[in-house]
Amino acid sequence: MAQSAEHVLDHLELFRGPEYQQMLADKKMFENPRDPAEVERIKEWTKTAEYREKNFAREALAVNPAKACQPLGAVFVSVGFEGTLPFVHGSQGCVAYYRSHLSRHFKEPSSCVSSSMTEDAAVFGGLNNMIDGLANSYNMYKPKMIAVSTTCMAEVIGDDLNAFIKTSKEKGSVPAEFDVPFAHTPAFVGSHVTGYDNALKGILEHFWDGKAGTAPKLERKPNEAMNIIGGFDGYTVGNLREIKRILALMGIKHTLLADNSEVFDTPTDGEFRMYDGGTTLEDAANAVHAKATISMQQWCTEKTLSFVSAHGQDVVSFNYPVGVSATDDVLVALSRISGKEIPEELARERGRLVDAIADSSAHIHGKKFAIYGDPDPCYGLAAFLLELGAEPTHVLSTNGNKAWQEKMQALFASSPFGQVCQAYPGRDLWHMRSLLFTDPVDFLIGNTHGKYLERDTGTPLIRIGFPIFDRHHHHRSPVWGYQGGLNVLVKILDKIFDEIDKKTNVLGKTDYSFDIIR
Amino acid sequence: MSLATTQSIAEIRARNKELIEEVLKVYPEKTAKRRAKHLNVHQVGKSDCGVKSNIKSIPGVMTIRGCAYAGSKGVVWGPIKDMVHLSHGPVGCGQYSWGSRRNYYVGTTGIDSFVTLQFTSDFQEKDIVFGGDKKLIKILDEIQELFPLNNGITIQSECPIGLIGDDIEAVSRAKSKEYGGKTIVPVRCEGFRGVSQSLGHHIANDAVRDWIFDKLEPDGKPKFEPTPYDVAIIGDYNIGGDAWSSRILLEEMGLRVIAQWSGDGSLAELEATPKAKLNILHCYRSMNYISRHMEEKFGIPWCEYNFFGPSKIAESLRKIAGYFDDKIKEGAERVIEKYQPLVNAVIAKYRQRLEGRTVMLYVGGLRPRHVIGAYEDLGMEVVGTGYEFGHNDDYQRTAQHYVKDSTLIYDDVNGYEFERFVEKVQPDLVGSGIKEKYVFQKMGVPFRQMHSWDYSGPYHGYDGFAIFARDMDMAVNSPIWKKMKAPWKEAAKPKLLAAE
Ligand code: SF4
Ligand code: SF4
Repeated sequence: MAQSAEHVLDHLELFRGPEYQQMLADKKMFENPRDPAEVERIKEWTKTAEYREKNFAREALAVNPAKACQPLGAVFVSVGFEGTLPFVHGSQGCVAYYRSHLSRHFKEPSSCVSSSMTEDAAVFGGLNNMIDGLANSYNMYKPKMIAVSTTCMAEVIGDDLNAFIKTSKEKGSVPAEFDVPFAHTPAFVGSHVTGYDNALKGILEHFWDGKAGTAPKLERKPNEAMNIIGGFDGYTVGNLREIKRILALMGIKHTLLADNSEVFDTPTDGEFRMYDGGTTLEDAANAVHAKATISMQQWCTEKTLSFVSAHGQDVVSFNYPVGVSATDDVLVALSRISGKEIPEELARERGRLVDAIADSSAHIHGKKFAIYGDPDPCYGLAAFLLELGAEPTHVLSTNGNKAWQEKMQALFASSPFGQVCQAYPGRDLWHMRSLLFTDPVDFLIGNTHGKYLERDTGTPLIRIGFPIFDRHHHHRSPVWGYQGGLNVLVKILDKIFDEIDKKTNVLGKTDYSFDIIR
Repeated sequence: MSLATTQSIAEIRARNKELIEEVLKVYPEKTAKRRAKHLNVHQVGKSDCGVKSNIKSIPGVMTIRGCAYAGSKGVVWGPIKDMVHLSHGPVGCGQYSWGSRRNYYVGTTGIDSFVTLQFTSDFQEKDIVFGGDKKLIKILDEIQELFPLNNGITIQSECPIGLIGDDIEAVSRAKSKEYGGKTIVPVRCEGFRGVSQSLGHHIANDAVRDWIFDKLEPDGKPKFEPTPYDVAIIGDYNIGGDAWSSRILLEEMGLRVIAQWSGDGSLAELEATPKAKLNILHCYRSMNYISRHMEEKFGIPWCEYNFFGPSKIAESLRKIAGYFDDKIKEGAERVIEKYQPLVNAVIAKYRQRLEGRTVMLYVGGLRPRHVIGAYEDLGMEVVGTGYEFGHNDDYQRTAQHYVKDSTLIYDDVNGYEFERFVEKVQPDLVGSGIKEKYVFQKMGVPFRQMHSWDYSGPYHGYDGFAIFARDMDMAVNSPIWKKMKAPWKEAAKPKLLAAE
């Protein structure tokens, strides 16, 4: 027996001992296991070009996709408004999943309610669930606003949110003037970034366009302020704070829409803050008057921006600005629209990032990377790698589309380091596995699920993306702006140096290169 | 030190009753009436906990429950390692449940084992409009081609499947035939069925019965020589290795484990189980159905056991041994004796650090009662407990064998109620899920996830008890809980307590 009270062994070590190893070996006879030689043969076969071809011929099955469903994005947006409770109409299991998913990434509470539709609602529709649900949520959680979205179930049976909310108000579930914006978020269309877009548009539409026919539409009186939209982002805490800091430095009046940077980073001091921070409802309404709306993530805000632009505002979108040029572009645009100058302090920050890249670029130059994730982060990270002289060889986005692919290829074409790079829209991590075997790269950038690829293919994983479940707290630091670029640079460098050390640390064999200065 | 130890049973009872009254006040009348039936203060001597259970959750209250799909794919089927489990429908359900339960297994993932892969049909609008059966057919072909060593496929239905009228049973039959009798199991675990994960367990159990057992050749020979000591572990999902730290004890006492349901399990093990002499059932809630079925159909007796904490482990080992001859009975005693020094050392080290500390639980299938003994072995006291998806038989077992007088009972508790209860009762530890963890930690209450073992484990068996003790100690006695308030601010006063 290896276990002891002095030195408690948990799963990390316990099962490595001879007793457990013997037990597991003996268990095999009951498993009707495959012939180990056959397992080996298939394992090797999955690494081949032939397998890759079959794998890429897949039309129906998805294996390890890198995307989630629409309502997750809707919940993410909703908690970015002051005192807002996300309410997902449909079956309740989905809501348990969104909450768990967000909590596992942010290590924070995630509050959201469901209308708990069951079999009878499938037959008769979910109106009663909406009526009761809104009344309960309103009384229990005292929100300032309830933002409604939908699960598959409500979408398939065709529940009409607008009519349901109206009826609920008539029945007194919530006061007539209480804000209940809504968005249909079918999971069988798009992904969580689509849900982000739909929900944000739903909320703006509610405030700007007459609250579903219950108030006069707002008349836009243009002012000097700017609206900023972050998009779906695992680094929302760090990134939105960084954006606010930059806007403050530039002295730009602004409204950050769907600002969830506080609610996903509340202090531990004895009080649970179910709601914290967020865009005030007043600001959300007044955002209609802004001069322009800037989205940090084009693919998260396509519908929202066309809605905003139809209200007469200038709209500008970026693709997850990581690094020097991407940040330059954001600052120049902010300055152009606001008429404010870019302060020296930001120029110095820029200089520091350039300095850091110059110091370290020799270690990154020419290295090949594979990246996967949401369309915008893929673009932003690829652009940064090109800037570093690295090659983003494979860039894969399960929720990327044809237009994304074209934009990625245009980016590759613009750089000498992008000549052999390829974008893969609509593909999943099992495709990526084939790519990493048949056309290997030095490093992989992606979320926690990438650790399976790292294990299978030996490609070291740099964790940048969503979700990150198995590393803590990185979401609190920005990856946008010059400061964020520095953070990303350091993450990449740390991994590169760790790998060099790992490969050179064999005593008496490879340790001539085990340098203490790099 | 918590309140409970300084109050009399009568005082606690009165406080808990008042507390229930207080939380009910927040609800609209109709909801208050419904919720009142799920909350109670346990009265010693009663045959159950006096709460209604397994009833629909109320819309909008922030229930903690999941759905039938979670109960089938997430709990029962997902851990069967050599089968591909397809999350059939849109991408979300499978994505969120991907790899999150920590059902450990040994195998070459992606080649002969598939637990931590997320297979989904990723439905698009056209699949909803025109039906998904055609896509399913193609998917099954693609699985066969790209994952040729899979030993079977299950189709785990998400909500839309049952709403759009797909015939996944017909597809399964046809494809099974085409692939020479391959095991393909359609599971109708759409999330809107039933009221929680629970119906998903039942549906999943029934699918084993209909699509695996019913296809066995009546007198088919098992692939190994039977012995009089063959048992199957039922309802252990090997979370953090739980089934392994259980199996080792059973084998040490002389039994032979021929199947694990379903943690680190395989199709062959499911198929061999009708040859077992005894089914031993850990998670009663999720697998009592198939155990009863095997009793009726194959005459296999089953017995519930509890491998949390040395008291219950010893009791269970003796109970299991009671079904066998003296050799096994002696084996059980030998095992108990062998581990006694470890138990003594663990208790000597941790009990003094945990004695008198109070715990509130809110978990799934068996844990709201099963872990109580382990806490008591460490001198801790469970002062509140409830089930996410228990039935009345769970509350009966809880009342008759586990909880003390005046324990606060909450069935299908929601965020609001749970927070109020904890705020007022001020336990030294809360054990619940990921959705609750950070809420209570923010409030300054030490917390352990009791679904995933907070990424630790195993907790089953003697080896697991040492880990359990270590983990509870590090939660309760973490120095961070003393740093909640900035020194220049007033000392922490729990809000509701101060008002008492
Ligand atoms: S895919 Fe549909 S059923 Fe699944 S979690 Fe998303 S909304 Fe719910
Ligand atoms: S206790 Fe729950 S979470 Fe656990 S195995 Fe049973 S049904 Fe599951």
